[in-house]
Amino acid sequence: MTPTTFTLNGRKQVLTTDPGRRLSEVLREDCGLTGTKVGCDAGDCGACTVLVAGRAACACLTPLAQIAGQTVVTVEGLAATGFARLQAAFLRHGAAQCGICTPGMLMAAAALLSETPRPSEAEVEVALGGVLCRCTGYRKIIAAVCDAWREDVPIATATGIGARTERLDGPPKVTGRDRFGADLWQKGGLVVKAIRSPYDHARFAFGDMQSWQAAQPSVVAVFTAADIAGRNVFGVIAAFADQPALAEGTARFRGEAVALVAIEDDGAWPDLAGFPIRWDALPAVMTPHDAMADGAAQIHANRAGNLLTEGFVQRGDADAALATSAHRVTGHYQTAFVEHAYIEPEAGSAWMDSDTLVIRACTQAPVMDRDATAAILGLPPDRVRIIPSAVGGGFGSKLDLSVQPLLGLVALKTGRPVRMVFSRAESMAATTKRHPATITAQIGCDAQGHVTAMAFEGVFNTGAYASWGPTVANRVPVHATGPYRTPHIHARARAIHTNGPVSGAFRGFGVPQAAIAQETLYDRLAKAAGIDRLAFRLKNAYRDGDVTATGQVLAAAGIWECLAALRGPWARALGEALAANTKGGTIRRGVGVASCWYGCGNTSLPNPSTIRVGIRADGSVMLHQGATDIGQGSDTVITQICAEACGLPLAAFTLIGPDTFLTPDAGKTSASRQTFVTGRAAEAAGRELRAAILRQGNMGEAARLTLDGAAIVSDTGGRIDLAALSADELGYVFRAEQTYDPPTTALDANGQGTPYAVYGYGAQMVELAVDMALGTVRLLKITAAHDVGRAINPMLAEGQIEGGIAQGIGMALMEEYIAGRTENLHDYLIPTIGDVPPIDSILIEVPHPEGPFGAKGLGEHVLIPTAPAILNAIADATGVLVTTLPVLPHRLLAAIRGEEA
Amino acid sequence: MTDYARPGDMVSALRLLASGPRLVLAGGTDLYPACVGRGLTGAVLDLTAVPEMKGVEKIAAGLRIGACVTWAEIAAAQLSPALAALQQAAVEVGGRQIQNAGTIGGNLCNASPAADGVPPLLALAAEVELASVQGVRRMPLSAFITGPRQTALRPAEILCAVLVPRAALTGRSVFHKLGARKYLVISIASVAVRLVEREGVVADAAVAVGACSAVARRLPQVEAALMGGVLAGAAERITDAAVAAGVAPLDDIRGSAAYRASAAAELIRRAVAGLTGGQA
Repeated sequence: MTPTTFTLNGRKQVLTTDPGRRLSEVLREDCGLTGTKVGCDAGDCGACTVLVAGRAACACLTPLAQIAGQTVVTVEGLAATGFARLQAAFLRHGAAQCGICTPGMLMAAAALLSETPRPSEAEVEVALGGVLCRCTGYRKIIAAVCDAWREDVPIATATGIGARTERLDGPPKVTGRDRFGADLWQKGGLVVKAIRSPYDHARFAFGDMQSWQAAQPSVVAVFTAADIAGRNVFGVIAAFADQPALAEGTARFRGEAVALVAIEDDGAWPDLAGFPIRWDALPAVMTPHDAMADGAAQIHANRAGNLLTEGFVQRGDADAALATSAHRVTGHYQTAFVEHAYIEPEAGSAWMDSDTLVIRACTQAPVMDRDATAAILGLPPDRVRIIPSAVGGGFGSKLDLSVQPLLGLVALKTGRPVRMVFSRAESMAATTKRHPATITAQIGCDAQGHVTAMAFEGVFNTGAYASWGPTVANRVPVHATGPYRTPHIHARARAIHTNGPVSGAFRGFGVPQAAIAQETLYDRLAKAAGIDRLAFRLKNAYRDGDVTATGQVLAAAGIWECLAALRGPWARALGEALAANTKGGTIRRGVGVASCWYGCGNTSLPNPSTIRVGIRADGSVMLHQGATDIGQGSDTVITQICAEACGLPLAAFTLIGPDTFLTPDAGKTSASRQTFVTGRAAEAAGRELRAAILRQGNMGEAARLTLDGAAIVSDTGGRIDLAALSADELGYVFRAEQTYDPPTTALDANGQGTPYAVYGYGAQMVELAVDMALGTVRLLKITAAHDVGRAINPMLAEGQIEGGIAQGIGMALMEEYIAGRTENLHDYLIPTIGDVPPIDSILIEVPHPEGPFGAKGLGEHVLIPTAPAILNAIADATGVLVTTLPVLPHRLLAAIRGEEA
Repeated sequence: MTDYARPGDMVSALRLLASGPRLVLAGGTDLYPACVGRGLTGAVLDLTAVPEMKGVEKIAAGLRIGACVTWAEIAAAQLSPALAALQQAAVEVGGRQIQNAGTIGGNLCNASPAADGVPPLLALAAEVELASVQGVRRMPLSAFITGPRQTALRPAEILCAVLVPRAALTGRSVFHKLGARKYLVISIASVAVRLVEREGVVADAAVAVGACSAVARRLPQVEAALMGGVLAGAAERITDAAVAAGVAPLDDIRGSAAYRASAAAELIRRAVAGLTGGQA
């Protein structure tokens, strides 16, 4: 074999390997440069972008042979080739969230900046159009690239609450040093591949596996459900756990794992197509309509009518109130399966550390992973250690187990280090989705426009297994009214099993689907009552002291303030649209508005977080932070809160974890709870630490503390020599640990109670243009006002808003997952850099007494108003409301022409 | 282990292919996505080092575009206004990364019904040059692509160049693409229109539509309606019915058949209006 010689990040490389291998694989596996990410292996996502001879190339499409004699630059070589300013701009602007697309974005930007040092926004969009990002909404990336020419940018020094502090975990994300699920493994181990069902529903039986294995020299072992020692059932909610780690005789959805093949990790790829398994396809029930029909095949023996569960809220008499309302509108809606489409497919590695099973994988919920994996494998939980890797986006789907039990089983059985990386198709087929919703809703108001009542009936396609279906069913009725006074409510949401993909948690837990119905009905109701759409919402918006559908009396309700902040932009936008439309033509402008509210944390269930912070004798401050930062910024925000509470500088803090052996349980990164719940624990721990320091140093309450090497110094003259203090069993001379659990109560049979301690609020306004002859939609601008209670870090808050809006755009206009049809990122479309318009974020601060420094959650809220605001704007432009999502061009054109889509 | 050959001249490439079947690779932008999660298997013939397949050159018969010319190279080339549609399509093929690697020859051999390169080349009456150790033959592009993912390429034959006849280098052209997002999108419909104007009259018209039939097509009925007519208001002579008669679209996840036909007609009207300075 002829060696391939090329220059890699300024150094000559000589590699003797198959010249047909992908450059991405060679860089990662042979050169040890894991900064180049593999998101799709098909040129669809651009995460693997590198420079070849100065030009952007997808390393996953580049054979090694074609770089012979060429110069290759990867993200690891970026700083040395003059792009440190670009990296700094990404940090300064908050352009990296999870960081998985960041290397690709940086390399594509570097190719542009080499030719055009001060590009326009339009030039940036074209140059970066080939790289997908699922977190940021792209706007901060555009700003960073446009701003990358700047030298001598003053370094922001403010770090307290409210400061636009750069993310603490940012530098590894812009240099390629961050290690995601697929980026760290032990050499000489095994690779795990899953055999998955090609059918929506099928029985299966294994053939002669011994003979097959004998004919495949690189196959070390094959495992099936028969090898599982514990309980082969998992589920995020114990009472509903129903999903096997490996199916037993019957597969209930396409993509379900039925067997594992452990392969020597030496680059060999055995042909798994001949794996000895016989499939007998069974009739599949694919829609809730069919699943609820009399005589429908039951997907789970114990769930009659394929009903997983239902949520219900009733207050007053909705039917009677609707019957006597001056105006009432009814609508029917259908939404699609939506795929999370994070750019990092599920991945991880595992190994045995004496008798402890260590699993390092991408996740949103390390403690839940530990307990569920231990139960499946028949181990006590303290023999399983979960070390979350950097997470390349989660959005809810990485709350559920994916690689963990599979890696664990093989590591445990073989004793060898193992790794597993889902392909893009595998990631899309096997993991959870947003529930498709079939909704019928009716809302009424009186002659003055006061909302009187709502009736809501939602059927949610929960797929083959329970996952977070119960949470969706419970959350939806609670939130169905939107953030508006609704004296009479009757709301029911049912989660119905089908043989579709498992529907689980996805940013908003069903509330975005419900808001589409409620917010579009509000526009129709406002029109019926002859009231401006924004004024109608202001008239009905919750104020402090109002009572929700569950009977909860609200405090710190910020929705009115959010809507009021849109008054100016609303008047401007309506005026501009009218002026444009007066000219006539094929393009019609429209403006829409929609709101959200969303309870932070678990619904009526305990939801504690614990934070530990300690100071070592050498003066280092260690924050045991168990919340997984999946890109949203909890590492930074929780540290900012703790630093502010204890009065020590942010720079003094070192983060430990998350790691189930090193960090107390900070719960899952879910339900917009980390800033609020874990933040509140961090605030309490910080205050406890401060109190201990002040006590020890005999310092006054107002003392301003600094660290001077191994001493804490107060501005009032006190000094604590840390080395003189005795350390505890963890090596700390000061230590504090605090737990916070939000005060909630259970919901009764009518859904009455206090499901959440804190709600966050928001309202968004969309301006767009519709091409009346093609049915295409061009977004012009989105103005988003969100009540965050207190913006701990406004830059990160804006990043959440922009990213949530991008996902809302996708849900409204292009995203529809169809099992077997869209298992890649060119048939399943998510917004590109050219699909997200400029976003004007307005941060409203109505502090909540339960939140740390008043802060509320934000992460999911931001997605909820976007789709209904888009639908309302389209209706404003065209006169037609499309109620089947996504609003693909052919659906919109058919609606405009009054045809069936 | 791949038997990977990357010859440095055409003769070697043809001989290699004559000696046994090989996977023919250029930009890799279709081949690698077809084997996600594994490597290329079997023998590979990489054509990107063959100099005869590079470059865009004027020849007596018209213009010769080497099959391994990338979309980025086409976009950056100085070409006559008749090729504007091809250059506009070049910047719509995937993102920059794909344009830097993907080749015009690969786009044709891959024969996707939605290939953005095909309608502009049909509107240029392009031919393809096919070589094997037996010799070189030419055929119209319209005959080369025979179905979805199917071509008239024989075993041991290489598409080595695209030829634009001199007669088609006249006039001006435009390309319009419709997708459900801005970048990296498979076309729901795409159109290329080339018009030759003489004294205010449409002297020649070429109209091609992609993604609306199993193979991209010229629309002779629409062309006939344009030809010989005055330039002003030419777009108004394109009827939905004439376009619908010329295409055979499918219903799929990207759009309905009826929508595709309707959108194609609208895109053609806009293309013609853009070329004739009118309003669609």
